[in-house]
Amino acid sequence: MDRFERQYILPGFGKEAQHKLKQAKVLVIGAGGLGCPVLLYLSAAGVGTIGIVDGDMVSLSNLNRQVLFGEGDLGLNKAETAAHFLKAKYHDIKINCIPEFITTQNIKAIFSKYDLIIDGSDNFPTRYLVNDACVLLGKPLVFGAVYQNEGQVAILNGKGHNSINYRDIFPDPPTAYEIPNCNETGVLGVLPGIIGTLQAAEALKYLTGYGEALVDKMLFYNLLSHQCYTMELSKNPDSKKGIPSSMEALETTDYAVVCGDGDSIDWEEAFALLNKFPGGTLIDVREADEFPKLKGHPYQSVPLDLIDEKHQEWLNSELILLFCQSGVRSLKAVKMLEKHFPGKKIHSISGGIEAPDSPIY
Amino acid sequence: MTLTSIHIIAFGMIAEKIKTKELVLEYMPDTEVLLGYLYQQYPDLQHTKFSLAINKKMAVGKTAIPVGAEVALLPPFSGG
Repeated sequence: MDRFERQYILPGFGKEAQHKLKQAKVLVIGAGGLGCPVLLYLSAAGVGTIGIVDGDMVSLSNLNRQVLFGEGDLGLNKAETAAHFLKAKYHDIKINCIPEFITTQNIKAIFSKYDLIIDGSDNFPTRYLVNDACVLLGKPLVFGAVYQNEGQVAILNGKGHNSINYRDIFPDPPTAYEIPNCNETGVLGVLPGIIGTLQAAEALKYLTGYGEALVDKMLFYNLLSHQCYTMELSKNPDSKKGIPSSMEALETTDYAVVCGDGDSIDWEEAFALLNKFPGGTLIDVREADEFPKLKGHPYQSVPLDLIDEKHQEWLNSELILLFCQSGVRSLKAVKMLEKHFPGKKIHSISGGIEAPDSPIY
Repeated sequence: MTLTSIHIIAFGMIAEKIKTKELVLEYMPDTEVLLGYLYQQYPDLQHTKFSLAINKKMAVGKTAIPVGAEVALLPPFSGG
């Protein structure tokens, strides 16, 4: 007997399917709310090689849903922490840790080592980048995403050339301020738990041929009603327009700009600009009770709801920089202020106070 | 619901913007007419990207709507 007996005695699964899992090389993008259950179940099921890519650090507000981490892990890199945990659990699988964010520069080298990609990221720029690279490199993609009490799961690019990809469903990315993420709207931890577990199930089915995987289909799940809606996906002639023509072209694509996030700068650039323009203003657009607070730098605190009303206060500022918890509300504030002050230097700080380069760390 | 109506189901932020998860509308012949109606009734939708499915099959471009069909309004999610 071995640790996989209960699954290979399943009628129709067998040792052959188990062998396919052992041979499989699966990359999990993001060890967050979706990535945690994906990693737990793929490693338990005996997927032979699992890559974990995540440049983010564990923060307190992650702990309701990112169940691989605990209070002792705050501030640690998620990929490293997850890899350490899984290696201690199982000796018979290979865990590769990539403690970086996936970018246009590293994606080709990272993807080339895997034959299935699982997207557990939390933002549109990454999701479109991952989709486009999967199309160009011919990698199947297990897609999963959540919004408030709902989730989506699909296997994209699962039939080689002419498969359905994410841009067939949504050719153009929504702007970051059009659709908020979990940090902005809240989420019960069980929802990404369920959606991530569905992604793991689909990955196992796809890899072994067991059952009917969601290839070219998208499942919608509602946590509050337990209603499921599965739709058959179709090819969209507009999908090709957005995908770079080659990996070389992809490397020079700015996915932040593609996704309307081009008004964002990082913290280093923000402080450089504030030094250059001493008359500039730094504004925290979060509510007063949100933490952590920025320390050691002068700033104003004006919640997003009041930005429109108070805009006259910044009439004479030569530079306005805005930040929030993760960079979504501050982008909305940029759009509001740009209407009042066209041409003024107004930027959102990408990733907000929780960004990896934030001065709170 | 009758056979001469369209049953609309909405997901995610689309349901928030039209303030309901389900709607029954008078029959409309195709997705262009339907979208025109929705954009007029719910101007917020004009600034929101979403996909359509008719009887659980994704519809691309102008597509005929069969009598009595169920049409889903499906937005992208990004959270994880």
